Amino acid sequence: MTGEPLLRITNLRKAYGDKVVLHDVQLTVRQHDVVCLIGASGSGKSTLLRCIDLLEPVDDGEIHLGGVEITDPLVDVRSVRSRMGMVFQAYNLFPHMTVLENVTLAPRKVHGLSAADAEDRARTLLARFGLADKADEHPDRLSGGQQQRVAMVRAIVMEPELVLLDEVTSALDPELVGEVLDIVRDLAERGTTLLLATHEMGFAREVATNVCFLHEGVILEQGPPAQVLGDPREERTRQFLRRVL
Amino acid sequence: MTAWTPSPRQAERDAVRRRLRTRRRLVASVATLVVVGGLVTVLVLSPGWETFQETFLSWDHAKASFPAILKGFAWNVLMFLVAEPLILLLGALVAVTRSTVSPALFPLRLLATVYTDVFRGIPTILLIYIFVFGVPALRLQGVTTSIFWLGITALVLSYGAYVAEVFRSGIESIHPSQVASADALGLSSAQSMRFVVLPQAVRRVVPPLLNDFASLQKDTALVGAVGVFDALFAARDYTNFNFNFTPYVVAAAFFVALTVPMARYTDWLAARYARREGAGAR
Ligand SMILES: Nc1ncnc2c1ncn2[C@@H]1O[C@H](COP(=O)(O)OP(=O)(O)OP(=O)(O)O)[C@@H](O)[C@H]1O
Ligand SMILES: [Mg+2]
Repeated sequence: MTGEPLLRITNLRKAYGDKVVLHDVQLTVRQHDVVCLIGASGSGKSTLLRCIDLLEPVDDGEIHLGGVEITDPLVDVRSVRSRMGMVFQAYNLFPHMTVLENVTLAPRKVHGLSAADAEDRARTLLARFGLADKADEHPDRLSGGQQQRVAMVRAIVMEPELVLLDEVTSALDPELVGEVLDIVRDLAERGTTLLLATHEMGFAREVATNVCFLHEGVILEQGPPAQVLGDPREERTRQFLRRVL
Repeated sequence: MTAWTPSPRQAERDAVRRRLRTRRRLVASVATLVVVGGLVTVLVLSPGWETFQETFLSWDHAKASFPAILKGFAWNVLMFLVAEPLILLLGALVAVTRSTVSPALFPLRLLATVYTDVFRGIPTILLIYIFVFGVPALRLQGVTTSIFWLGITALVLSYGAYVAEVFRSGIESIHPSQVASADALGLSSAQSMRFVVLPQAVRRVVPPLLNDFASLQKDTALVGAVGVFDALFAARDYTNFNFNFTPYVVAAAFFVALTVPMARYTDWLAARYARREGAGAR
């Protein structure tokens, strides 16, 4: 494919004090790609996703979204964020709102949809993910898996160009992991561009178009899942895979 | 790893950020100048400004009354320093008592509840009057008649009730899963209060507590109303003899000088706490 990719990261650097957390990161995500970030705990996966969502300022390098440099200090942060959806490891639903209110908040307040339109969209998506009967519940009445599914619906309700997922299943019981991964799979099949940090290697192998292995803030290896997960070039990657598989 | 030098693009971005920062500072300065300038103009152009200046802002009277007020202010500081630890102790005791569940402690809980309800309801100045004039009238054997100590007692009882409620809200804000984890480890309920709940609760209520401290600093002046020779008393004394109100302004300046650093410290603590809590956002 030619032309500008959806997301292009060049020479990204991020440090906390003296500790360099991301070093010279290069990453390209084209439209409809599903890119999985793998790597040990503390390797910088969350930090990278947070930098892309402009939750953390970067120390150097550039991030381009759809050809626009979003690391420009003059960029309109809110409009950039409204083009992306992000879901965190801890679901972070707003506890004082119902499921429906959680999902319709941004469509109404950020994207200017009417309450009826927002509700329409929200109910359609909730139904698609088996949450129709939970729409009027508060989050504390939902299971972890249901909460995380709602968080996903909340992030994708406005059909963002890029969806960032940070280990969306790692706070869940094993039997709940499946229902959340089903949503990710559904999104991937519909052509949503996804960038996700995950510890689910089987899932990465199945849905990813690209896998990136992060080690101490450096992308050591990236490529199609069959290659990176099946026949890694780097010894570090092999060590990591032996430990998690 | 080689030492990192920012790329040209990063240098450019830093320059833009610096420019933005400069512009923000400029806007802030101009806005401040306009507001302060406006206020001063209104003040200076008011018809009574000349007389006001003489009676409230006389430099000579300020200098003349300064030593007495300073001496009086030492009493305010002393009252504060004596009352504050007692208030913290009383507040913590009452809060912990109210958070117990044992049926045997019900009378204590009742007492603690009645205490907070009643003493939060009575205006502090009234409580000071009641103690300073009422207690000596009882002529109890062995009970002090010193205005200083009776005034402090009134302050402690009044503020203790507030601080108890602050502590209690802190205790109740600790997530039940913390107590459950402590229970699961086999800690007694007293131990889980002492080692798990209270330390977290105290950290969380420090900013609102400091806010109460600032308020207490000022309210020590109420004891001046019943005869302790504090800053307010000294200012009034001077005013009565010289028919000039400048000493009140001087006394006010003393209180402000003590409260402002405390307010900034509170802001700083609150900001630090907010950052810590923010760690959960990743
Ligand atoms: N606010 C911060 N201040 C200092 N260091 C930080 C901060 N946030 C993250 N780090 C450090 O940055 C490194 C990368 O953290 P990050 O959360 O990105 O790892 P991760 O790959 O997402 O790990 P995990 O798989 O456990 O989620 C870690 O070593 C961490 O200690
Ligand atoms: Mg992480």
